[in-house]
Amino acid sequence: MSIDTRTPVESPDEDAADRPEDAAQWSARLRHSAVDALPPERLMPDRQPSYVASWIYVFGVLTLSALVVVIVTGIALSVMGPQWWHVSTTGLFVNSLHLWSVEVFFFTMIIHLWGKFFMAAWRGKRRATWITGVVSFVVSVGAAFTGYLSQQNFDAQWISTQAKDGINSTGAGAIFNVTNFGQMLMWHIVLLPLVVVALVGLHVLLVRLRGVVPPFAPPGQTGVDVVRESAAPESAPPTVTNGERP
Amino acid sequence: MTPATPTPLGHRARRFKPDRDVAEWHGAYRPYDLVKEFLIALVVVVIVVTGLAVIFSSPDDKPVTVKSWSAASPVDFAQTAATELDGSSGTATYGPPYNSTAGASQSIVGVSPESFFGVHHPIDTANDYVLAPLRTLPDRPDVQAAVDRYTTAPASQQAAWTAAYEKAVAKADASHGALVVPPGAYGPVGTIIGSLTSMARSGALDGALLSSRQFYGTDYTKPLLFIADGTYLADKAQAQHLSGDQWGMMNETGSFPGQAWLWLYTLWYQVAPINTSANADFQVWALMMVLTLVLALLPFIPGLRSIPRWTRVYRLIWRQHYRDLAAGSAS
Repeated sequence: MSIDTRTPVESPDEDAADRPEDAAQWSARLRHSAVDALPPERLMPDRQPSYVASWIYVFGVLTLSALVVVIVTGIALSVMGPQWWHVSTTGLFVNSLHLWSVEVFFFTMIIHLWGKFFMAAWRGKRRATWITGVVSFVVSVGAAFTGYLSQQNFDAQWISTQAKDGINSTGAGAIFNVTNFGQMLMWHIVLLPLVVVALVGLHVLLVRLRGVVPPFAPPGQTGVDVVRESAAPESAPPTVTNGERP
Repeated sequence: MTPATPTPLGHRARRFKPDRDVAEWHGAYRPYDLVKEFLIALVVVVIVVTGLAVIFSSPDDKPVTVKSWSAASPVDFAQTAATELDGSSGTATYGPPYNSTAGASQSIVGVSPESFFGVHHPIDTANDYVLAPLRTLPDRPDVQAAVDRYTTAPASQQAAWTAAYEKAVAKADASHGALVVPPGAYGPVGTIIGSLTSMARSGALDGALLSSRQFYGTDYTKPLLFIADGTYLADKAQAQHLSGDQWGMMNETGSFPGQAWLWLYTLWYQVAPINTSANADFQVWALMMVLTLVLALLPFIPGLRSIPRWTRVYRLIWRQHYRDLAAGSAS
């Protein structure tokens, strides 16, 4: 058996150039696809088109920041267990941080959503970005809702006994029992946060992939008359439709 | 959508639509530090959240227990327990997923998902809320005899007893703590409900109602539904502006903002004819599912996707860009 004494390559390009026999590997192909779609300069750019100059753009990153605070305070509550904040002033304060970070999260997310609506931010092959944003919002509503159900106080009792009627009417009550505290807590601290984080991560990657949507052309101008679309997959750079391809 | 037209280069061409397509940006770029922006945003959010938490804290009203309910409102408890025994309570007549009460399921044009999925959390209110807990009482032969007498009686006799008791308990006196029900022809029901009330006031009924018979339990479906069948919980909610006609569950106790993002969901419960419909819950959910789908698929819906261009709010968002264009410096 021969031993390959070459040192490990340092970059994907060298890998492809030096070891063509490895190019068919699933790992190599996945890496090349990822780097082709999102090279570092697109994943973490240091310049943006000049039209990215409005306070409305801040609300996306504010939403992300609030989500970070929601997760960190939620982890702190998880460390001490669900009873802690009812019997400890420190716990009550952490719960208050968690509650208000959720309020800020939704406040900024809804402004972000309306801002993107009025920009028609789905234009130029950005439909998936819009859809993942809307689905993130909907799943976040579920995550917050199960949090309210997991409070173990009067609010949780009232909200669960009221909400059960709507959920039962859809048939979902057969498996999603809002009056089962243990089930709601698991959905709140494990299942739904995983989905929210995955969706938000995908949403941010799509934003970086497609770039920030350009403004509408001024009235009377369209900029172009015909859109040419490549037969290549969605991820390939389109000929005309993409906004951030300097 | 305009049909694609083949081109010699192997591309498809289609007509430019301003609500779907954009022209590639060939204008100016400017420095933009995403990491710095994120960290500043994080600091701002932490400061704002900490300030709100320090100033307003968070609500934590104690939950209602069967013990606290029966102590604070023994007449309401006894009346509710009687309706659980005779099968006329809200839970007893609810339908799926708790029981199979005929005609209780909500539907739209004959479609009823809750009927399709059926009973998944079975609750027999007479047995689960009244008779089975009393069976656990040790050293109470009088109670066991009353339960035996009730359970072995014909249904018509049971109905006569519970009807007589419900009539009498409406005039009950609890002003001195204990429940005193005027005499009547209610047979063993007086002993049954009286003993259950005593059990509830001791706190023993809270544990007996937990759905799990294991040492550890987290499913509070049975005690919660029992408590919700009475008027005590609803009266407390009404006093805290939480009832359905007060925009219900989107609010919280106190003056906290609650789940304000549920405003549209809650709105439909205030609007006729939904607010008087027997199928209101299913109608609201169906409506919200359709609206959510419309929101998610907005980019594909002609007309709706043009609203941003028609309303011209974007002129405000990109006002600097349009100023630059007018001055001839953006591209």
